[in-house]
Amino acid sequence: MIALEHLSIVSGTFALERVDLLVPTGRYAVLMGKTGSGKTTLLEAICGLRRVTAGRIRLLARDVTGLKPAERDLGYVPQDRALFQTMTVWENLAFALRVRRWNKDRIAERVEELAALLGLTDLLLRRPHRLSGGEAQRVALGRALSFQPRVLLLDEPLAALDQETRIEMHTLLQTVRERTGVTTLHVTHDLEDTRRLADLVFQVRDGRIEETKI
Amino acid sequence: MSAIEPTSATDPAAVSPRVPSDTFFWLALSILGGVYVLLIVAMLLAQASFTSPGHVLAALDSPAIRYAIKLSLLSCSLTTILSLWVAVPIGYLMARWDDGAIRRFLERKAAAIENGTRRWYARPLRILCIPIRLANPKLWLDAILDIPIVLPPLVIGLALLILFQTPLARWFESEIMVVTFAIPSVVLAQFTVACAFAVRTMRTTFEQINPREESVALTLGCSRAQAFWLVVLPEARRGLLTAATLAWARSLGEFGPILVFSGATRMRTEVLPTSVYLELSIGNIEAAVAVSLLMVFAAVAVLILLRHYGGEWALGKVVRP
Repeated sequence: MIALEHLSIVSGTFALERVDLLVPTGRYAVLMGKTGSGKTTLLEAICGLRRVTAGRIRLLARDVTGLKPAERDLGYVPQDRALFQTMTVWENLAFALRVRRWNKDRIAERVEELAALLGLTDLLLRRPHRLSGGEAQRVALGRALSFQPRVLLLDEPLAALDQETRIEMHTLLQTVRERTGVTTLHVTHDLEDTRRLADLVFQVRDGRIEETKI
Repeated sequence: MSAIEPTSATDPAAVSPRVPSDTFFWLALSILGGVYVLLIVAMLLAQASFTSPGHVLAALDSPAIRYAIKLSLLSCSLTTILSLWVAVPIGYLMARWDDGAIRRFLERKAAAIENGTRRWYARPLRILCIPIRLANPKLWLDAILDIPIVLPPLVIGLALLILFQTPLARWFESEIMVVTFAIPSVVLAQFTVACAFAVRTMRTTFEQINPREESVALTLGCSRAQAFWLVVLPEARRGLLTAATLAWARSLGEFGPILVFSGATRMRTEVLPTSVYLELSIGNIEAAVAVSLLMVFAAVAVLILLRHYGGEWALGKVVRP
């Protein structure tokens, strides 16, 4: 479950005031809104990367408002993917597991599993600058899912992908959802993504969030 | 040179404009730039032709110059390590310090005063608002960090000398370590200047690294320190290398502050630039040129070595998806 309760965020020139949002466990929610409406800011606040001025954030019934990003146990895919440039795909996927001091065999097993799920098996030794947009996106998704978080936050994951790759990614995201049951909040301004993926649709407008029909 | 043909002869409106050849443009730029390259090469060649291997060997044979070489290598390397040790934290802090909130706050205050009146004193008021806008501490820190770069070297030496006349520094010298006119003063003089260059380089390096990578690392379970060690520093390695090269090369050539702060005593605080100065002052031009050439070789060798490895190390870097 992802729950925002009367959440206020001030960021530079704009503010989100007392917004509420509820994504029940296991559901796939899409958050829509114009560029600059504060969607990314909201995701960053949920991740713990941005301070909130008021309100509470609860993930799976746990109040995480005051917790560090590392303690929130969520997977985050930022818009620019931000893959670790000096690491191979394998190392990107294994990063969170190494930080968590998993043993080597378990890490290798998990990376293999992720690579199979996301179609990255042949790319494991590549570095990010040699990946296509769709491949990089799959690595970013795999990195976010690697430590099996219960919550997944996606910031415009399909922007800047060509139509064919986009459709592949739709299928992939559906598969991920079926296999992992991860509660997802997906930020986009694309109607097609919304139609294909969403159980629930929210709209950011003038500093507030409303649930809408597709 | 090729003539440009119009693409469609039938439609007069579609005739492309005639563009003169680009040769002149490239030629002009090349000549302007080439003059400088020529100056550098000619300078080095002239110096090389002024001396002979015999002179260089003779210079290498002199105990004073051998001492200067050793001290130069030692002090430059020490300075480089110290500079990196300081430049990495400063560069990172400056790169990640978001002063947007302070800037917006000061701007609002200044604008409120400026727009408060339309009377005759509105204009002078605007000038009075300049200090408000300049109250941003990041601007000041930035300026302070550039002081060693813009100050005349002799002035830095003098300032260091005066600093070591203060009671605290005197206590330090009497109780812990003699600095002035001794080897530590050489390192300190080099460090004061070289570090400023390393700081600049590291700051630019960190600014070019996508801060979102650190953000992601934090969500993946890292503390700030882990994100820095595991993600940022490996990406900064090329910048580190550049900063090290710059610091090393700067300290090798440092002379002004050393002359004032360390003195030019043979076999004591004599580094290679001091040797050149001392040899010149007794009219031994051959030895001065020989030592200069040694420095040129050392500098070029370091540059080539580091550029080469820098290139190799940098392969895994940048070109973001």
